[in-house]
Amino acid sequence: MIRLLSQRLLAALPTLLLSAIAVFAMIRLIPGDPAALMLGDQADPASLADLRHLLGLDLSLPTQFMRWAERALHGNLGVSIRTGEPVLPLVIDRFWVSARIILIAVTVAAAIAIPAGMVAAWRQNGKLDISLVSMATVLLSIPSFWLGLMLLYVFGLKLGMLPVVGYVSFSENARAALLYIVLPLATLVLHEIGILIRMARSSTLDVLRMDYITHARAKGLSEATILRRHAFRNAFGPTWTLIGLMLGNLLGGIAVVETVFTIPGLGRLLVDSILGRDYPVIQGCLLVIAFVYVLINLVVDLLYPLFDPRVAEQ
Amino acid sequence: MSANPLLKVTNLTLRLANGGSLIEGVGFSINAGEIVGIVGESGSGKTLTARAIFSLTPPSIQRTEGSILFEGKEVTQLTPSGLRNLRGARIGMVFQEPMSSLDPSMAIGEQLDEGLALHTRLKTAQRRMRMVEMLTRVSIQDPVSALGAYPHHFSGGMRQRIMLASAMLLHPALLIADEPTTALDAIVQKDVLELMVDLTRQYKTAVLLISHDLPMVARYTDRTIVMHRGRIVEQNTTPELIRVPVEAYTRKLLASMPHRGPVRATSKAPLIEVRNLRVDYPGRGSLFRVRAPKQALKNVDLTINRGEVVALVGGSGSGKTTLGRTIIGLIDPDEGRVLFEGLPTARGSDGWKRYRTECQMVFQDPASSLDPRMTVGALVEEALLSMQNITRATRRERVRETLQEVGLTDALADRYPHELSGGQRQRVAIARAVIRRPALIVADEPVSALDVTVRAQILELFSSLQAQYEFSCLFISHDLGVVEQIADRVVVMRDGEIVEAGERNQIFDKPAHAYTRQLLDAVPRLPNGLAGVTRADLRAVS
Amino acid sequence: MKTIKLNAAIGASVTGLVVLAALVALVWTPYDPLSIGFTDRLAAPSWVHWLGTDEFGRDVLSRLMAAASTSLRISILTVMTAVLLGTIVGVAAGYVRGWTDRILMACNNALLAFPGILLALGLLSIAGANERGIVVALGLAYAPSVARIVRGSVMSLREMDYVAASRIMGNSEFFIIRRHILPNCVAPLIVLATSMFGWAILAESALSFLGLGVPPPAPTWGNMLAASRPFIAHAFWLALFPGLCISLTLLSINLLGDALRDHLDPRMRGA
Repeated sequence: MIRLLSQRLLAALPTLLLSAIAVFAMIRLIPGDPAALMLGDQADPASLADLRHLLGLDLSLPTQFMRWAERALHGNLGVSIRTGEPVLPLVIDRFWVSARIILIAVTVAAAIAIPAGMVAAWRQNGKLDISLVSMATVLLSIPSFWLGLMLLYVFGLKLGMLPVVGYVSFSENARAALLYIVLPLATLVLHEIGILIRMARSSTLDVLRMDYITHARAKGLSEATILRRHAFRNAFGPTWTLIGLMLGNLLGGIAVVETVFTIPGLGRLLVDSILGRDYPVIQGCLLVIAFVYVLINLVVDLLYPLFDPRVAEQ
Repeated sequence: MSANPLLKVTNLTLRLANGGSLIEGVGFSINAGEIVGIVGESGSGKTLTARAIFSLTPPSIQRTEGSILFEGKEVTQLTPSGLRNLRGARIGMVFQEPMSSLDPSMAIGEQLDEGLALHTRLKTAQRRMRMVEMLTRVSIQDPVSALGAYPHHFSGGMRQRIMLASAMLLHPALLIADEPTTALDAIVQKDVLELMVDLTRQYKTAVLLISHDLPMVARYTDRTIVMHRGRIVEQNTTPELIRVPVEAYTRKLLASMPHRGPVRATSKAPLIEVRNLRVDYPGRGSLFRVRAPKQALKNVDLTINRGEVVALVGGSGSGKTTLGRTIIGLIDPDEGRVLFEGLPTARGSDGWKRYRTECQMVFQDPASSLDPRMTVGALVEEALLSMQNITRATRRERVRETLQEVGLTDALADRYPHELSGGQRQRVAIARAVIRRPALIVADEPVSALDVTVRAQILELFSSLQAQYEFSCLFISHDLGVVEQIADRVVVMRDGEIVEAGERNQIFDKPAHAYTRQLLDAVPRLPNGLAGVTRADLRAVS
Repeated sequence: MKTIKLNAAIGASVTGLVVLAALVALVWTPYDPLSIGFTDRLAAPSWVHWLGTDEFGRDVLSRLMAAASTSLRISILTVMTAVLLGTIVGVAAGYVRGWTDRILMACNNALLAFPGILLALGLLSIAGANERGIVVALGLAYAPSVARIVRGSVMSLREMDYVAASRIMGNSEFFIIRRHILPNCVAPLIVLATSMFGWAILAESALSFLGLGVPPPAPTWGNMLAASRPFIAHAFWLALFPGLCISLTLLSINLLGDALRDHLDPRMRGA
């Protein structure tokens, strides 16, 4: 187990390094002169040259990368061009806002979708199955930003049940925070359920075809017991991997929901900084998200042997 | 026949939703403690019949007619919970594939415990004791730690023993064994079967043994039932059935059993010479550790003369497939060389190009050796594409001729592999190999995936082609019966080495090496010269 | 079997409708999507303007049709880019193996280390937020997924006996790739391409919604949705129709993809 952990960690390092290089390269590839952007078009050449020297832009690329990487490892990701605040604390703050919503949404969605998908597979081609699959397909075809907008319209404007804009953090006022968070959560949950039901159903179908399921029946076990004891553990693996992928995707994709509900999250920060050409912040967001994503996949991989013991021994 | 048989099946018919029948009018009985075998080829309905006995048929079976009386109860009328009480407790089952019959995510102990916990009132400690006893009985070493181990820790043979233990734990009245040893090596097969017979005798359990392997069924059963296309063709006590088969299909089945072929005079001029061959398993070493490479072939010497058929036999892991693939050039040896007509055949050497045209291969599974997206005609034509100075028309003509030679009609040239039967597909593979009249053909288990009657036909085709074109053949097989029929010389391999080699008759009648003897012992064979069955019966009913 | 036919039928017909609208929009729309009409602003759906008008008096139906053209065009180009790049990389890595494989896959995995839309966002900041930029960004973002699937296919096809047989017959490696490997990769690729087409439409809408996509006044469903937000209380239809278009298009593509996958998958689900 420890060996598996260290193996995977070691394997993740080159990926992290390459991702850092990719982030660095992406920023450097953006057309335009950062110095000119900061000082404005009218600045004189001398000031521009000074600023460039200050920013280290006259050094060779590999050296620039080393400096940047070194600073990053010390927690210094620079300051925002627009607001002047240090990047790392800003990104981390926003990250927690998004992460909370994402984790709750995915957990709720999984808790509903996985049993539903398994039952649909069990009663394959029956009325329940067909309706669940149709519903899932419809849910995942609806873009989350539109769903959010529609929910907002119905529950916020027309029915007046829930607040329309804004965000209150839990530490300030738990009850209010709950109200503000319901709609964005619902939007995410509905969308994820669509995807998860289909995956859970298809991997359960695969498992139910296996010989060991027939063997379990031959021993006299009831269908419910078989689903619970044999099917679930074996079918869960691919869904678990998908959950990891979904968590990662949401880190960036949540930007649209955050826009609709005006939530100060990481996605919105990234988009704003792209629109505002705030390079240090763009860099910071990308780096943090990539890092967290690698971490998520690591955790997913490490927990996989719980469902499939064969994996642990490789 | 006792008055009250354990199981009595009468007029059983299983139908699909559209009314088509899968099995029809099946009727037989099994008495307590008897061992009954059902023999049939693919599509005969033998597995369905067995599963119908405790209603384990797939959901596409919509209608069941007839009666199944087990221990006096009518199975077709049982409620789901009634059926569940029957399964596992009174009727146990052993499946074919040891790899996939055990839940890979659950420890062995848990799986064995399921049936016990469900059907008995034993306490946990008592159940555990029973499991350990039974595992010891089936010769699983260190049964206590085995309980906590997972299926992938065990070999195929061991898994099958565990399955047996699982089924017998509840002392069922009837054990259904569906092709229990087909996926295992010959020697392991024998061990598992003997164990099964032993165990069931001890607990007075009746056995329903299902198999396509007639000699095996003949060796172990009291009575035999022959099925074909969903119906019972014939049933009798086993010795009687073998001695005096009545129906045409039974006779055909028996005639298809391999028998010893004639001794042929073969040339002594060497065509292929293999010297000091060594092939290592591809290393899975990581960056941090250097592993001593395991050797697939250790220092192998072999000669194949012109026009002779050399059989390569051995269990899995013996290296016979590796040797075949190295000889044909798919694998580069780590040491040693292969000579063709005196010239080295290594990649890039002088003999390489010539060798490529003079040496072809027939693979075991036509499903993976024929590109599913190419027509039959294109598949055979592909062998001619690297020939110089030949026009398209000539190529097509040759393809047509060769297809006829292997017994395929012209019309099939435009079909795709999935539209053909297993036997037809293998004929295509053979056509592809012989079309350039090579000097050597390496055949890797070419008939193992085929039904018995089809197997006989393909072997005949092979023999006649070989006699006609006089190509040498390296025939790789684990099936000693087939080898006995077709080989001139036999080479026995184990663990990457040749343990014995010699003339066919000598190897079969007077084996020198202990391993060879073990192999021959493990394979059940029918007595030679069965009364009244001739080659003509091969072409009878189809 | 019936479900497949139904899926295929619905999927194909709705997709066909959208494609038709998009093609028609290239030559004709009821009104000019860009022409501003000060007299008729924020009009509800009526016989004059079937789906109403927006805050600049532009006809919503015409804009939706024009948006269909844009979305489809961007998505098709994106999928083509991704498939082309991904297949080349996937075949090279999967067939040649060795160091080529390791290097290519290391780069591929580094790109895959960024969740989907994030990579696109990052690339967009380089390429610029316009039509060409989106195609480049999304195409590059999806290519690694294609590469991974193609590589997997190629690696297992490589081990097939018919590849070995072809080699024994004396055919060159290029011949084998062309004749045996590529044609057998097509089936999974088609299924993936269909899914990617849906992702691309969704991604382009999302990006336009965020303000990072096709800039106004050119209409896409995404930026129409974004523009509708301030007026949602009084002109609800402005938010309804573009979203409906995206949803229906995605739904039909998904249904089509499902039908395709079931058709090409020999292990028929539930047969």
